[in-house]
Amino acid sequence: MNITRASGFAAIIAAGAIVLSGCAANEPTGEAPDETTSTLEGTLVGAGASSQQSAQEAWVAGFQSANPGVTVEYDPIGSGGGRDTFIAGGSQFAGSDRAFKDEEIAEDAFGACVPGTGIVEIPAYISPIAVVFNLEGIDTLNMDAATIAGIFAGQITNWNDPAIAATNEGVELPDLPITAVHRSDESGTTENFVDYLAAAAPEVWTYEVSGDWPVDGGEAAAQTSGVVDAVANGTGTIGYVDASRSAEFGTVAVQVGDEFIPFSPEAAAAIVDASPLVEGRGEGDLAIELDRTPDSAAYPIVLVSYLIACNEYAESDSVELVKAYLSYIISEEGQQVAAEAAGSAPISNDLFEKASAAIEAIK
Amino acid sequence: MSTETVQSIPKPKLRPGDRIFSGSALSAGTLILIALAAIAAFLIIQSIPAITTPAEDITILRGTDFFSYAFPLVFGTLWAAVIALVLATPLAIGIALFISHYAPRRVAAGLGYIIDLLAAVPSVVFGLWGGNVLAPAVQPAYSWLEKNLSWIPLFEGPASGTGRTILTAGVVLAVMILPIITAICREVFLQTPVLHEEAALALGATRWEMIRVAVLPFGRAGIISGAMLGLGRALGETMAVAMVLSASGAVTFNLISSQNPSTIAANIALSFPEAYGLNVNVLIATGLMLFVITLLVNMLARFIINRRKDFSGAN
Repeated sequence: MNITRASGFAAIIAAGAIVLSGCAANEPTGEAPDETTSTLEGTLVGAGASSQQSAQEAWVAGFQSANPGVTVEYDPIGSGGGRDTFIAGGSQFAGSDRAFKDEEIAEDAFGACVPGTGIVEIPAYISPIAVVFNLEGIDTLNMDAATIAGIFAGQITNWNDPAIAATNEGVELPDLPITAVHRSDESGTTENFVDYLAAAAPEVWTYEVSGDWPVDGGEAAAQTSGVVDAVANGTGTIGYVDASRSAEFGTVAVQVGDEFIPFSPEAAAAIVDASPLVEGRGEGDLAIELDRTPDSAAYPIVLVSYLIACNEYAESDSVELVKAYLSYIISEEGQQVAAEAAGSAPISNDLFEKASAAIEAIK
Repeated sequence: MSTETVQSIPKPKLRPGDRIFSGSALSAGTLILIALAAIAAFLIIQSIPAITTPAEDITILRGTDFFSYAFPLVFGTLWAAVIALVLATPLAIGIALFISHYAPRRVAAGLGYIIDLLAAVPSVVFGLWGGNVLAPAVQPAYSWLEKNLSWIPLFEGPASGTGRTILTAGVVLAVMILPIITAICREVFLQTPVLHEEAALALGATRWEMIRVAVLPFGRAGIISGAMLGLGRALGETMAVAMVLSASGAVTFNLISSQNPSTIAANIALSFPEAYGLNVNVLIATGLMLFVITLLVNMLARFIINRRKDFSGAN
């Protein structure tokens, strides 16, 4: 009896020791590779859009290995939460799927910034949204915005509908009901997709623009993975997903002007250049009015997510860190790691020039 | 025994072991009450802003008031749980009877073990299985139901193209609550007094008649409490429903279409990551409603069990 009890205690102690040593193994060892000459030190805190999460993780990893003394924390609490945290001064930068509105900037109550100096907004994360479908033997279909809107609004219900056939001569469309899959959780992907439909097909898409799916009807699935699974496992399904997840499906080429533009990173980045800046903003504020019906050959269904920082920080310690981190994000390397990790479209040279000027001006 | 000996026995001596054990039992009992009270207090305090704030100021409500937002969720929660219970209870009773009264002992032990194993599968795995395997597999059946039985309101259609309907979610939930109902039924059936069973057999009852007159009446309270425990799990199940169900917020009894009410727990899981400010309070307020519903269901179950106890033959 005593022996077993004693061995029980021994086992508990041994287990405790294992647990504790496990913790110890996670502590930073402090012997970072000394290849860089970076002297930056400190902690940079950001919060915001969950759409940027994978990209931010890649950026944080890349940036921290180049600057061992810096810790970057990005909390993917969602765009709204990110903007609120930034206003409250709880973070030094924010990620957001939309820019601040004029009236929010006019209130000028950004906790971390010097009052009256405005903010920097950079559309640095451009994520194309692909319209994907699951039809045997068909890899691509041409559709105009009104057709896509009709399908997702539940007005076009069969694949052999004349509206789809009209833009797809020579494609044999099956007599099959359409199941349109949308996101059941609130998401920036939904908001941008719906925004495109509302802008490009206003006569068909009369619903509000919202991150929650605004129509009663259609099939709902949770998160990007849920939509991917639902489209893959269903018959005659169509959905919209982050373009990085579109490889296994047929994709829709979207009509812009007289052309049909299939999704590509370059075409997606081009839409940001084709869109005008929001008027009346500060020097460093690169907020754009996304032009969903451009004249040039650009892919209009994109999610553009902003990085938001102060023009002038109340605490000067933050300045160098923010500048270095944002510069890394817009750099070719930063955009490349995001493209690999999150399937985003690297920003154009034109935007890079403007963004670096804006970042340089931060003080 | 003489009276002198009885008197000479001293007052029962409390050994340290007794004191420690009664103390720890008491604190364990108190702790659960404290935890429950703390959760209830959290839910109530956090819910108040959601109900007192004008609905226009809360974005998640999209123009309606709180109760019109919550009603489809409450409906969906109850509807999915009822479907699961209707499917799982007869099956569980059958399995339990097979294990306790029909199967050879060696098979019975193995089968019981396998059923218990189902309870160890994480709900995310059930969600993946339901969404990726079960839903596509039953989709043709839904199309058939729509074609042939659409005059029954339950199968009105249009049939879902992916099979991710509330019936599929109900089946997944039924599989999830099967182990607990089966385990309790099995234990209760095994408790049936052998004298009752033998008496029934001696009166000329067949095995089925013996089960009907001796085992089932004896086990009725156990069946109900097992079903209620299962119902509790079905009401609160989150991930599996969130992953399987195509939720559109419609209030409908239609089992096979893409239009399904969501459940409270699944809705919280799906909406919470992007929620902030008052939207969080609204979600917590729906959580409070689930808390109250579960409480009511359990009280109802207690009431039924207490009322039936006298007739069950257990006493």
